[in-house]
Amino acid sequence: MSDLRSLYQEVILDHNKNPRNFRVMEDADRSLEGYNPLCGDRYVIYVRMDGDTIEDVSFTGSGCAISKASASVMSALVKKKTKEEALRLFSQFHDLVTGHGVGGNEEGLGKMAVFAGVSEFPARVKCASLAWHTLKAVLERQTTAVSTE
Amino acid sequence: MKHPMAAAAREGLHVNKIRADFPILARTVHGKTLAYLDNAATSQKPSSVISAIETFYTTMNSNIHRGVHSLSEEATGAYEKSRDLVRRFIGAESTREIIFVRGTTEAINLVASSFVQPSVKAGDEILITGLEHHSNIVPWQLVCGRTGAVLRVVPITDEGEVLLEEFASRLTPKTKFVAVAHVSNALGTVNPIQAMVTLARERGIPVLVDGAQAVPHLPVNVRELGADFYAFSGHKMYGPTGVGVLYGREELLSTMTPYQGGGDMIKSVSFEKTVYNDLPHRFEAGTPNIGGVIGLGEAIRYLSSLDWRAVEEHEADLVAYCTTMLSAMPGVRIIGTAREKAGVVSFVVEGIHPHDIGTILDQEGIAVRTGHHCAQPVMERFGIPATVRASFAVYNTREEVDRLGKGLRKVKEVFG
Ligand SMILES: Cc1ncc(COP(=O)(O)O)c(C=O)c1O
Repeated sequence: MSDLRSLYQEVILDHNKNPRNFRVMEDADRSLEGYNPLCGDRYVIYVRMDGDTIEDVSFTGSGCAISKASASVMSALVKKKTKEEALRLFSQFHDLVTGHGVGGNEEGLGKMAVFAGVSEFPARVKCASLAWHTLKAVLERQTTAVSTE
Repeated sequence: MKHPMAAAAREGLHVNKIRADFPILARTVHGKTLAYLDNAATSQKPSSVISAIETFYTTMNSNIHRGVHSLSEEATGAYEKSRDLVRRFIGAESTREIIFVRGTTEAINLVASSFVQPSVKAGDEILITGLEHHSNIVPWQLVCGRTGAVLRVVPITDEGEVLLEEFASRLTPKTKFVAVAHVSNALGTVNPIQAMVTLARERGIPVLVDGAQAVPHLPVNVRELGADFYAFSGHKMYGPTGVGVLYGREELLSTMTPYQGGGDMIKSVSFEKTVYNDLPHRFEAGTPNIGGVIGLGEAIRYLSSLDWRAVEEHEADLVAYCTTMLSAMPGVRIIGTAREKAGVVSFVVEGIHPHDIGTILDQEGIAVRTGHHCAQPVMERFGIPATVRASFAVYNTREEVDRLGKGLRKVKEVFG
């Protein structure tokens, strides 16, 4: 059970149940679908930019608890951040869930830290990073849907 | 139904004895004894199969059909012995009708390339059903893309059944080929395959049956069934991965062009003219999976030593027991409630994604499959992205089903 609790932390379960910024953004200036064909997780990420800053971000879709909570936490983290800051957060998140080099330095990670447990579940890394990959593609103005396969 | 090779006396199934034949069942996962309920993906292998493969590599490894030395003769003998075991196991007339391939997928692609593609033209129809595995959909889409033929699909009911009237009404003068699963891997539905084959054959339409999920669970006799082609995989029937079988009626196989060119499939090659080998070798280009074929032969020996009536009863009991247990759990919906099912129980739990369920069950040592099971059209039909699937083999027990139930209660605990 302790391993499971490290994956399914209260914060994650809460974001899964009550996802933040979970809505269609009518006045989005960019949006993109991200899809994990292995488990059928499918989200659309919407952003509205103000110059280089993410003025607003939201998402819709469905998938497992890990993917949904990750999209929710991500949306809270990157709002009002610049594109560059958001991409830096993505790379921190990526290192965190793949178990690379954040050792002992979880304090700087803020809300993201609850996903540290994912690194012990390699099969779930793709779930956790789907929304982030999609956001990165949106920010880089990619137009074809993102697939994590 | 009596299995064509039912040599074993009717004495019931000694599941504990059977479990001892499968060494992997003794291992633990996350500190718990493994409960392997993912047999539709691939079954575990008995010691006899594992040691037959080891014996091949330690005592007679060599290439087949080519050397005059002793090892090659022994290996060729063992390889061809497996072919005859397969022939008897499925009741085929001749070993010329048994082609070794990589698996069901390759068997279907072989028929698509060498039989169907050359014989259809724009506007002709190929008929499949709504419960097919991707490997019995995509090869036909490729044929349609190349020829202008049209893929038609018999819809399935809310129970996950194919209705014979629906099937019959789609057999038209344009229908040039029918490809259907015997048993659905996603839902467990057993199709009324005998009636379907008869309906098609009465109209002169050749039929391929995807038997990947049928052969491990039901006695199959291709001559009684009357199918033109029957495909299955070794790894789902206690044999090794990388080997499978295409049965084809000799009359059809002998008119077909080769699938791949290379060694072993020819009689003579010159730059002017190549003479193809006889059946079945014409369809086995290159060095085959010799060790795998020998392992498959051993798996058939193993299956044939079991009392098949007892196997069917045992597996039906597990499906029924699991279905009853899940039906009593609040929020659980079983996907696929056909009257006749084999080996598979697919389900979803309200508000909890199958992937999360799979991870939590794994922590309890329980292996189930979660996802779309390579049958995305089935998922779409039921309006869900994925299911949890428990699938059974001869060595599974009611206790393991109980553990699944306990695991699901833990899932609900975690998700509050
Ligand atoms: C019904 C069905 N058809 C075809 C296949 C493909 O078999 P293989 O992957 O062994 O080629 C499978 C395996 O998942 C199956 O369940």
